[in-house]
Amino acid sequence: MAEITLKSLAHSYSKNPAEPQDYAIREMNHVWHQGGAYALLGPSGCGKSTMLNIISGLLEPSNGEVLFDGKVVNSLPPEERNIAQVFQFPVIYDTMTVYDNLAFPLRNMKTPEARVHERVMEVADVLELTSQLKRKAKNLSADEKQKVSMGRGLVRDDVSAILFDEPLTVIDPQLKWKLRRKLKEIHHRFRITMVYVTHDQLEASTFADMIAVMYEGQVVQFGTPRELFETPNHTFVGYFIGSPGMNFLDVTVRDGKVFSGEAQLLVDNRVHDGIARATSDNVKLGIRPEFIEVHQEPVEDGMEVKVEHAQDLGTYSIVYASLGGISLKARVEEDQITPVDKAWLRFPSEKIGLYVDDYRVELPHE
Amino acid sequence: MNKVYNNRAWWLILPMLLLVAFSAIIPLMTVVNYSVQDVFDAHTRFFTGTEWFVKMLNDPMLQGALLRQFAFSLTILAIEVPLGIGIALLMPKRGWQASVVLILVTMPLLIPWNVVGSIWQLFTRGDIGLMGWSLRELGYGYNITASPVDAWATIILMDVWHWTPLIALLCYSGLRSIPDAYYQAARIDRASKWSVFRYIQLPKLTNVLVIGVLLRFMHSFMIYAEPFVLTGGGPGSSTTFLSQSLTTMAIGQQDLGPSAAFSLIYFLIILLVTWVFYTAIMNMQKDDNKGA
Repeated sequence: MAEITLKSLAHSYSKNPAEPQDYAIREMNHVWHQGGAYALLGPSGCGKSTMLNIISGLLEPSNGEVLFDGKVVNSLPPEERNIAQVFQFPVIYDTMTVYDNLAFPLRNMKTPEARVHERVMEVADVLELTSQLKRKAKNLSADEKQKVSMGRGLVRDDVSAILFDEPLTVIDPQLKWKLRRKLKEIHHRFRITMVYVTHDQLEASTFADMIAVMYEGQVVQFGTPRELFETPNHTFVGYFIGSPGMNFLDVTVRDGKVFSGEAQLLVDNRVHDGIARATSDNVKLGIRPEFIEVHQEPVEDGMEVKVEHAQDLGTYSIVYASLGGISLKARVEEDQITPVDKAWLRFPSEKIGLYVDDYRVELPHE
Repeated sequence: MNKVYNNRAWWLILPMLLLVAFSAIIPLMTVVNYSVQDVFDAHTRFFTGTEWFVKMLNDPMLQGALLRQFAFSLTILAIEVPLGIGIALLMPKRGWQASVVLILVTMPLLIPWNVVGSIWQLFTRGDIGLMGWSLRELGYGYNITASPVDAWATIILMDVWHWTPLIALLCYSGLRSIPDAYYQAARIDRASKWSVFRYIQLPKLTNVLVIGVLLRFMHSFMIYAEPFVLTGGGPGSSTTFLSQSLTTMAIGQQDLGPSAAFSLIYFLIILLVTWVFYTAIMNMQKDDNKGA
């Protein structure tokens, strides 16, 4: 059991990295607290797996330090870090039975056979593998194999952390739910630090208490699923979390009014002041489709838009609207009438986020 | 679903049957034909039944050749398989070194059989051959034409040199197909080097090794050109293997009936050994406790 600290960590696969693009992980600091259930969320190639391999010791970082409980472990191999890792595709020892597979890490540590038996039976019970123990691992189905892989991580009761690298990729959707619940259950029972890598936001938010969103080798936000949804720190988090992602409009101010392209936005003065204050040209206004108010009739501060089309998703619809050529998405609940042709949208000011150079800035107080 | 039964579909296998008939069944039948008859000329022939088979099975010369053949095949398998696996494990995995080593390892496989025999014939000569001369200079009275031990050792060495690369290449390709995750998982499970070999590499090599062993067994059981060129079957008959005995009988002595019977026995032995081996390996992979 350990607290894992990443201190000014950076990693590059090339020998002489020069540009920031050469880095798979750009310099960052991060702490994974003991006993937490974390998700590492991001698109393919953002450095998630690299970070996982650095934590487990399969990879030595080119810069910075990895600390377990304050002790630098950079040069320690995985076996000395006492870490467990579950890979994307199930890794099992084909010729062994399920029992021997689960016992393997313990036997390699010269654990007394009585203790091995006790642990294997306990883990098999948790993973519902008891009835399969005598089978050859080779003949199991994909999800059973992945359970065996996980079991090998759980069987050592002294591991510092268990790292999961998209472990449910090969599993059928119905079983995914079951295994994910199982993982949560295991987390509650054993209180082991777990880091779960995924590119699926749903998977991340159902498993983890805290999610780290990675983008281009950096953790752009670390927060609860709710924080990621309501106050994304970075435009990427806005795009990536939520379905559909956040609306972002390039904004400027002219004559005391806020414009996006040629369209005037009817927003609060604080938003205006915030934009006016920014020194960069890259200023975006962000609002989630869920938070845009959609009206059939003109309302105060309502902006008239042309409704392009609407997508009915059963319990709600997504309206694709155009505001003077700028496309916007808004969510309309099932009990509301979905507008056709024309609608009036209102941006509630407490739901608006302002992004300068892609990072969220606080709006000035009145 | 309505399945349509149309027995005319059987005609579709006719081309395949014809092909197999000409490539295998008809040639084999001519051999069967000779094996049960005593043929004097185009018009004079006698049906002999199993006589040739009985005679061949009781022939001490052929029994000797058969025993030598088994001894030879098993010896080279026992050397080439572990050695091939070992070489494959040591071969570099990537970069230009991998290409160079691959080419070097493949080289012996590209040399025709009788050329291999000639190369070794020269190589082992006491007067001008590098190996023969060196051994003599070192004080060992090496002579493959006089000593059966020397002749055997040389033939085995020659076969190992010629064919171990095949096993090594097969294993190399098998090893390359093991995903990195297996090695990473093994490190995390604290597996020793031996465990990695025993529980990851060897099981993943099973399939290529089955092919390798079968190929090498069949090949070595039919070995002809190399010992024929190197030792001519001697000294005495100490290195005369089955195919050479067969050739002597069929071509040299024109004993077509006995040779045909002998050929069939030869064929059946290879078939039987191959089948037993394959079945045994496949059974090993089955679950001994299905669904329990």
